[in-house]
Amino acid sequence: MNIMKKQENDTLVVALEGRLDTTTAPELDRELKASTNGVKTLTFDFAKLEYISSAGLRVLLSTQKIMNKQGEMIIKNVNDTILEVFDITGFSSIMNIQ
Amino acid sequence: MIETILPSKAEALEDAMTFLEGALASVSCPMKTMLRISMCFEEIFVNVARYAYADRKEEGTIKIRIDANPSEAEITIIDSGLPFNPLANEDPNITLSAEERGIGGLGILMVKKTMDETSYEYLNGQNVFRMKKRLV
Repeated sequence: MNIMKKQENDTLVVALEGRLDTTTAPELDRELKASTNGVKTLTFDFAKLEYISSAGLRVLLSTQKIMNKQGEMIIKNVNDTILEVFDITGFSSIMNIQ
Repeated sequence: MIETILPSKAEALEDAMTFLEGALASVSCPMKTMLRISMCFEEIFVNVARYAYADRKEEGTIKIRIDANPSEAEITIIDSGLPFNPLANEDPNITLSAEERGIGGLGILMVKKTMDETSYEYLNGQNVFRMKKRLV
């Protein structure tokens, strides 16, 4: 999975490409923990994300909890299959999905 | 019907996925359905790999059996580890806010809602988990 980060002042955009699963989720978790200090708006761009498993959902949930304290988190360009996962797990109601 | 036996460890997931995706591709499973099944498979496989043989030093094995045709696929995951029924726990409360949400149970919830049928039995010292999905 490729992780592309773009930081500008207190906004951070993280674009993912490939699969966010058991093997790649720990790397995303590390990258986020290293970059979210002082970030007020964190936007995930899922345009090139093909697949997510519960390991990825756990990283998103723990990041959402962090961002709830310091600003906001947005997830955009979610494909149908991943949106379905968000609906099934109730993530659609607790996350800002655009 | 095809079968493979893999070591019971998370590192074997890639090989397990290759086996699964190959089997589904050979019956022309649509891509979206393949992703959905892969996601469910990952949840069960990783759970078995992490916990089934947690009580012993030697590495155990996981047997994967796939029965697929263009209309339907049934995947069976078998291990000889600690008796464990992944379907037995209560589903997480998905109406809670982010703060209140716990982290557990998401994977098996996805499996139950995505697959058409799931079943579990403990037979002859083995955990046997089956899941089925229509492909068309």
